[in-house]
Amino acid sequence: MFTVFKREISSFLSSLIAYIVIVVFLLVTGLFMWVFPDYSLLDFGYASLDQLFIIGPWVFMFLIPAITMRFFSEEKRTGTIELLFTKPVTDTQIILGKFFAGFALVVFAVLPTLLYAVTLWFLADPVGNIDTGGIIGSYIGLLLLGAVFVSIGLFASALTDNQIVAFILGLFLCFFFYSAFDSIKLFNLPVKVQLVLEQLGISAHFYAMSKGVLDSRDLVYFGSVIALFVALTKTVLESRKW
Amino acid sequence: MSVQVKQLTKIYGTQKAVDGISFDIPEGAIVGLLGPNGAGKSTTMKILTGFIPQTSGMATVHGLDVEKNSLEIRRLTGYLPESNPLYLDMYVQEYLHYAAGFYEVNDPAKRVKQMLEMTGLGVEQHKKIGQLSKGYRQRVGLAQAMLHDPKVLILDEPTSGLDPNQLVDIRALIKEIGKSKTIILSTHIMQEVEAMCERVLIINKGKLVANDAVAQLQRKVAGGITVQVEFSDAVQQRELRSLSGIQEVRNEQGNQWLVTGDAKTDVRKTLFDYAVRSGKTVLSMSQHENSLEEIFRELTQKP
Repeated sequence: MFTVFKREISSFLSSLIAYIVIVVFLLVTGLFMWVFPDYSLLDFGYASLDQLFIIGPWVFMFLIPAITMRFFSEEKRTGTIELLFTKPVTDTQIILGKFFAGFALVVFAVLPTLLYAVTLWFLADPVGNIDTGGIIGSYIGLLLLGAVFVSIGLFASALTDNQIVAFILGLFLCFFFYSAFDSIKLFNLPVKVQLVLEQLGISAHFYAMSKGVLDSRDLVYFGSVIALFVALTKTVLESRKW
Repeated sequence: MSVQVKQLTKIYGTQKAVDGISFDIPEGAIVGLLGPNGAGKSTTMKILTGFIPQTSGMATVHGLDVEKNSLEIRRLTGYLPESNPLYLDMYVQEYLHYAAGFYEVNDPAKRVKQMLEMTGLGVEQHKKIGQLSKGYRQRVGLAQAMLHDPKVLILDEPTSGLDPNQLVDIRALIKEIGKSKTIILSTHIMQEVEAMCERVLIINKGKLVANDAVAQLQRKVAGGITVQVEFSDAVQQRELRSLSGIQEVRNEQGNQWLVTGDAKTDVRKTLFDYAVRSGKTVLSMSQHENSLEEIFRELTQKP
């Protein structure tokens, strides 16, 4: 597993993907946080990082499928998948190796934004008067959301040997899981159905966490969605054996 | 036995890619898997390496079942898939280190160096694989397959698309490696089998049509020697046929004939004596090798 992980990471670094992803993520979130007049923290007047956690998921929605799109589709297209799957490692180890490589990149993109939090600490009046709990919860939520997107992207990539298809499919599935459930519930549906639909989407759990409350239900939700997509990926890859 | 295959069958949808193949390969042999395109060579290899499972039958490598002990078998075998897929964005050395990471290799750095030397990649080791010529990529593929000193090497068309010089190099390399390992290689080039292999398995439409030592196969199909002869005057086919010890007579063109005798007869002498007796002149006579190429065509073109 570590061998696969290492190769993916070095491939990120040598192909510039890592740098581009990190720079774009920081650029977009930075602009919304500090520069754009209507959204910027400085105009807003409240010492909160909400802007980052509203924009973050949407940026990830585009960036993560772009990171993950080549994971399996490239291997399928070039045939290296046959070599990889005849090495003495299990399919699950390969999938997890790639998953953690994608997740590591997400972590490295998020890490520098801790500077925003530190800045906020000093900007607040009195200094340090910020919602630390909420911010920590939001960060954990953002990372888990990133992990879910990585697993979705991994699945999309396993479905096809075409990277563009994998990207678009991944983007759509990320969007669907993030916000479509919220929109569907706006239809005139019974309240119980609405509640269930809301709980199926990512955003409800993400916002629950951003309040600073680490509810086990939310953690279980993120964990199960990741497990679901990893299992689906495994099933798709094993379809060669049918 | 290093590799044992019993009644192996693989069905894709409704198509039988491999149809009840059985063979044994002793340890240390170099075996050529021969067949026209789409005969089932690659499928057989994919089953042996554990990439896809068989539909029925069984295959063992070093006594291990390919389905139940897939991971152990993968540790014992090196595999070069068809068309030699590689990560083109990696450096040669980096790639070999990566490949070594999958196995328990003592001192990977030393082993990689050894492989680079053995495959003659030393000069190219700091290049990206994408920059290499096809011959050198093939060497990278081979180096990758042999890194962990496998007991069995499975090479799917290891020499396809190489120029004649590279061909000779790679063949020599494979032969060198074959001294200490069991090698199964597939090809549809006959000379390759003649040059490298001790045994040959010929597959046609998923069925095994020959399983012999190379020399034996040549004798088996050919019978005796065949001679190409040209007479000065017209000759009747039945006249030639009636000579003692002649098995087959074929007209090539005009007065040129292909004459095959049985194993005991020297056809050249018979033909010469015949010519003298009937007052004709032999313009040319040459021994016609029954090459593997012809054997292959004969075996694989039967309806």
